[in-house]
Amino acid sequence: MDLSEINFAVLVASLIVASTPLVLAALGELIVEKSGVLNLGVEGMMIIGAVAGFIVGVETGSAYIGMMAAAMAGALLSLLFAFIILIMQANQVASGLALTIFGLGIAALMGHPYTGIKSPQISTISIPFISEIPVLGTMFFQHDLIVYLSLISVLVIWYFLNRMRAGLIVRSVGEDHDVAHSLGYRVVTIRFLAITFGGAMAGVGGGYLSLVRVPQWTEGMTAGAGWIALALVVFSGWRPFRLLIGAYIFGGITILQLNLQAIGVNINIALLSMAPYLATILALVVISMSRFRGNRGAPGCLGRSFVKIT
Amino acid sequence: MFKLIPRENVSPVLSLLGPLFSVGLTMIVGGILFYFLGVDPFAAIKMIFWDPLMSETFSTYSIPQIFIKGAPLILIALGLSVGFKANVWNIGAEGQYIMGAIFGASFALSLYPLESIVIFPAMILIGVIGGCLWSMIPAFLKVKFQVNEILVSLMLVYVAEQILALASLGFLRNPDGAGFPGSRNLNQYTSASNAEIIAGTGIHLGVLLSLLMVIFFYVLLFRHSLGFKIKLLGNSPKASGFSGDNPNKLIFLCLTLSGSLAGLAGIMEVAGPAGQINIDFNVGYGFTAIIVAFLGRLNPIGIFFAGIVMALTYVGGELTQFMLNLPAAAIQVFQGMLLFFLLSFDLFVHYKIKLKGNK
Repeated sequence: MDLSEINFAVLVASLIVASTPLVLAALGELIVEKSGVLNLGVEGMMIIGAVAGFIVGVETGSAYIGMMAAAMAGALLSLLFAFIILIMQANQVASGLALTIFGLGIAALMGHPYTGIKSPQISTISIPFISEIPVLGTMFFQHDLIVYLSLISVLVIWYFLNRMRAGLIVRSVGEDHDVAHSLGYRVVTIRFLAITFGGAMAGVGGGYLSLVRVPQWTEGMTAGAGWIALALVVFSGWRPFRLLIGAYIFGGITILQLNLQAIGVNINIALLSMAPYLATILALVVISMSRFRGNRGAPGCLGRSFVKIT
Repeated sequence: MFKLIPRENVSPVLSLLGPLFSVGLTMIVGGILFYFLGVDPFAAIKMIFWDPLMSETFSTYSIPQIFIKGAPLILIALGLSVGFKANVWNIGAEGQYIMGAIFGASFALSLYPLESIVIFPAMILIGVIGGCLWSMIPAFLKVKFQVNEILVSLMLVYVAEQILALASLGFLRNPDGAGFPGSRNLNQYTSASNAEIIAGTGIHLGVLLSLLMVIFFYVLLFRHSLGFKIKLLGNSPKASGFSGDNPNKLIFLCLTLSGSLAGLAGIMEVAGPAGQINIDFNVGYGFTAIIVAFLGRLNPIGIFFAGIVMALTYVGGELTQFMLNLPAAAIQVFQGMLLFFLLSFDLFVHYKIKLKGNK
């Protein structure tokens, strides 16, 4: 074993790439949960995004068009969820699970002919001047467009939730839908929009996985990433910046684990592969033990059905 | 537009109609899907729902298979349903199923080739304990630290899958297996084999146990105060506290039941139909059982029928795969769709719908 084979700057750069799908999907879910809806179907929306993005990417030869298709596919699937829980008043937990089961099935069905094909390349954009800085440049400023977009999204979503009227309305709907309704806000419409946004973000996250991160289509390739994104939202205490940090810590564990496997460290591969999942559990425990208390920041109406009684 | 009026009492007719309606709708929408996949929809639907039961060529093999595939589904779903009633969401039954199998098989294989009559019951017990221990992790974390049991139980599925890989490639690998992954075949180890109880059908003890458990859970939920306490915790946690119940104890109970039953299903499967621990041992029964629990309306008798219907889609699905070349994932889509329709139909069970404006 030779630890010096691991280049630190490259490691950080690859952990950012590994974390990007999580950042995107978790940011989407953050907005959904802020509006008071718990969508456990992130895994299903991600895998639909992964397969749709990959197919369109391969057929058109453009990873960017693929990425857009991924967003649309995720949004489309989330509409199904929105309809079932908002119009048909179904249980959110069960409907989210149904979305995941359904999404995994549809994706396997659609992706079957595309197994083993390579995806079109996505070009990296080196930011002029600052990408030349040794070490730091390699780490942060030589990425593809989606990575930069994910970072900008963190900022935008923070600004939206904390500095904009629209964000405040979304939060009020999530805190107490009855009060928001009596103030004249359209609870169902707002939640519809939030869920669709969450679906699109999860879709892009999935698309990034199949078009850039892996880049290939394999059945069940999300391997729990959607669930980890859900855990990240809890871990972050519903805060965008902490979510980003959480995702990068998590990506770091994944990348470190893969690097250790690659250089043939004397630990069983199965044990290393467990690490990300165990780390998620540990993170959830730590955050609920700490003085921040896991549920502080959780929207008051999270997971509850809204019935208009007039 | 329409307006929803909550029903004072859940309509029992509609509550029963829901699953039937959902299965019907799934057949129609599924048929459309099959059409787009280039498969004759009528032939496919007939092959999934009719041929396994009625066709002379298939039914002698298929009918026992329905019970064999239904047994783990029913066992797991029964356990899960108790938790779902109490708002305790164990969705990691797949992991508990795997751990039950690994625990039980490890015990039995460690004694190989010793033959004794006590090995079989001890192996089952250890399998149950294995599943239960795995579900105690989310239970403990939920009670002690208020950690969300959905996420923890699910993460533990992926951990269990890695332990399964570890077992089949490492500590349980058959020493006489020429280096291939997978443990010794328990069916060739008389003391640990979950042999068939009706010759030539493959029906094993697990099938019998699944039927007994249906009765046990029926009594537990409807003839025992525990059933009421569980429902109370789910419907009104506050009232549950006032009536002097300890919600933490009930959370432990729910996860003990679901973990143990998933473990039981796992050990029955590995010692019976599967025969050995291998990397592809788990096929998603733990997740399908969630659908079974809902399709059966969280009612033991309902779960029995739901388990049979779902097993039918598995057996019929294999038939269509074999005869019509329908992809295996189509059945998963089918099952997801079924759950969607079912959950949506709940609207009519819980609310009356009135059109606005036309009095």
